[in-house]
Amino acid sequence: MTTVAKFEINYLQFMDENGTFISKQVPPQFAQDIDTVKSLYRDMCLIRVLDQKAYALQRTGKMGTYPAATGQEAVGVGFGSAMTKDDVLVPYYRGQAAMIQHGVLMEEVLLYWGGDERGCDYKVAKQDFPIAVPIATQLLHAAGIAKAMQMRGEKRCVFTEIGEGGTSEGDFYEALNVAGIWNLGVVFVINNNQWAISVPSEIQTNCETYAQKAIAAGIECIQVDGNDIIAVKEASEKAAEKARNGGGPTVIECISLRLCDHTTADDATRYRPEGELDEGWKKEPILRLRKYLESKKAWSEADEEKMKKELAEEVQTAVDNYLNTAVDSPAAMFDNLYAELPERTLAQRELALARGAK
Amino acid sequence: MAAITLIEAVNKAMAYEMGVDEEVVILGEDVGANGGVFRATDGLQQKFGDKRVIDTPLAESMIAGVSIGMAAQGMKPVAEIQFMGFIFPAVDQIICHAARMRNRTRGRIHLPMVIRAPFGGGIHAPEHHSESTEAIFAHIPGLKVVIPSNPSRAYGLMLAAIRDPDPVIFLEPKRVYRIEKHEIEDNGEEYPLGMCFVDREGTDITLISWGAMLHETKQAAEKLAAEGISAEVIDVATVSPLDIDTILESVEKTGRACIVQEAPKAGALGSEIAAEIAEKGVMNLLAPIGRVSGYDTVMPYYRLEKQYMPKVEHIVEEAKRIVEYR
Ligand SMILES: Cc1ncc(C[n+]2csc(CCOP(=O)(O)OP(=O)(O)O)c2C)c(N)n1
Ligand SMILES: [Mg+2]
Repeated sequence: MTTVAKFEINYLQFMDENGTFISKQVPPQFAQDIDTVKSLYRDMCLIRVLDQKAYALQRTGKMGTYPAATGQEAVGVGFGSAMTKDDVLVPYYRGQAAMIQHGVLMEEVLLYWGGDERGCDYKVAKQDFPIAVPIATQLLHAAGIAKAMQMRGEKRCVFTEIGEGGTSEGDFYEALNVAGIWNLGVVFVINNNQWAISVPSEIQTNCETYAQKAIAAGIECIQVDGNDIIAVKEASEKAAEKARNGGGPTVIECISLRLCDHTTADDATRYRPEGELDEGWKKEPILRLRKYLESKKAWSEADEEKMKKELAEEVQTAVDNYLNTAVDSPAAMFDNLYAELPERTLAQRELALARGAK
Repeated sequence: MAAITLIEAVNKAMAYEMGVDEEVVILGEDVGANGGVFRATDGLQQKFGDKRVIDTPLAESMIAGVSIGMAAQGMKPVAEIQFMGFIFPAVDQIICHAARMRNRTRGRIHLPMVIRAPFGGGIHAPEHHSESTEAIFAHIPGLKVVIPSNPSRAYGLMLAAIRDPDPVIFLEPKRVYRIEKHEIEDNGEEYPLGMCFVDREGTDITLISWGAMLHETKQAAEKLAAEGISAEVIDVATVSPLDIDTILESVEKTGRACIVQEAPKAGALGSEIAAEIAEKGVMNLLAPIGRVSGYDTVMPYYRLEKQYMPKVEHIVEEAKRIVEYR
């Protein structure tokens, strides 16, 4: 017997949970610019505040089911910040961090989860796809967008995100396979938050890593510390650069931990082992970046207070815009069904309007 | 005897059958420790162990396909699809294999399996969690499609579904999961599949519905009674194969029919029922058949959900129009 193929999976981490650079590698250029690091910190804090606010709104009946990204802010902010505005984002439902990085408005995110289709009508992120709820389906759209870019010879790329549980779906493998064989400029980001609702990785996969699923598709892959935004961003920038220049796809597995319930409709105390949260909160991405900034004397308690106040105001403005968006007319159920509404359905539109007016 | 909800009845029926038949196994996403996102399988893994209540990886095609293989070996898988909106990856397996296995092997292999899924609107759920797509499955020969409307029927029909030698799609109207309780004796007594239930006798019009919409339909019958119109109410329960005889008998008596469904109107189950009545009972009709339906549009997100859902007053209005037809 002879060995005909071998593989190894590399792991990238720059910063440990104390905010100390541990890697022997030189930190990437952007990490040496304190203002960039500060803005990454701020952007992660914004997501935390937004999620908390959305939760509170849900609890008071002003929001639908909402999936927070608590503990996973470095994933979305990290890869979202590696995107240029010409790149396209194909998000999943827990993707608000990357979406907002790429220009989706907070009030659009709130409108979506608040039960209003106008939350998918992005004012700025014009080419980005709306949130995909049917798991793993979005990866194929990302491949198609990249195919179009490739055929037109454009130097753009596509980022798409999926949970680790979602990598069990057939669509995941189909997307990786086609991206590999066609050499498509897609960056597949796996947010391995270690839970798929109540299902832990031990019963999700027999692989040691999710990254290695890329190997079977002939795609380059890397596993990164998803709590280390420097690592997430660095891996994403490299992958994006490669994708934009015809180098093909990359899979980036980011190891995070879901520090919240799956959604507002979930109760993780039913299945989460004791102690996991305590341990998780010690490693979470925001705290470690703050420690780093403090160690560089670049962040003070006063800065923190000031930022928190600003973020609260920013989020409140978005919440106000969301809450002040009046419920649409019943006609809106029909007006974008087709370019032109069939006559038969037009009659139903009239009926809905008449009934709605009562 | 305890009064229980529809979802508890589903749970009880599965527990009963697992207790008496060791071939019965449950599989699906989050059905184990979590007991299912609606708690349909609550406590079952504790009771029957993780070999018989299996948390699967996140893959619906796998869930359906694996169920087919297990059923072919004489096991009786009861698979949960977390929401009907996520059944679509499994549709290839269900339509191209589950529905056809008995026929194409000329009876050599048959598949005693159940696929359960919550469905329907009205609970402010996110996108893809509220559609009523029962007609897609009712259209497929070789499948049985069952929709219980209340706790007793959920208990009896679930038992029959598990014991049935062929694949059954068991759709649970989640809007009424917990709105009423029935006293149910947990004695393993089933309700036969393929049979309508006459829920209210009447003489002027037959109102035909199933699932959650039956509740609005019954309220409409109540209101109509107050206005002197006597409505018969039929719960279709097994939407495929359809028990058209019970419906035709009723229409023969009342001379009028109105079908009430949450699903979009075009190409839906109501269309089939109306066509059957027209084909076989048109001479008994005193007025054209009516339908109260959802609209032929995408199920809206929840802010407009109420505008989409058929309401009691729509049923009353349509029933009156039919009764007053000259
Ligand atoms: C095709 C499909 N099946 C099932 C669901 C229901 N569901 C929503 S989230 C979820 C778990 C997903 O876990 P994972 O992929 O790890 O992502 P996470 O939510 O942890 O970010 C499930 C089963 C769905 N949305 N789509
Ligand atoms: Mg996950």
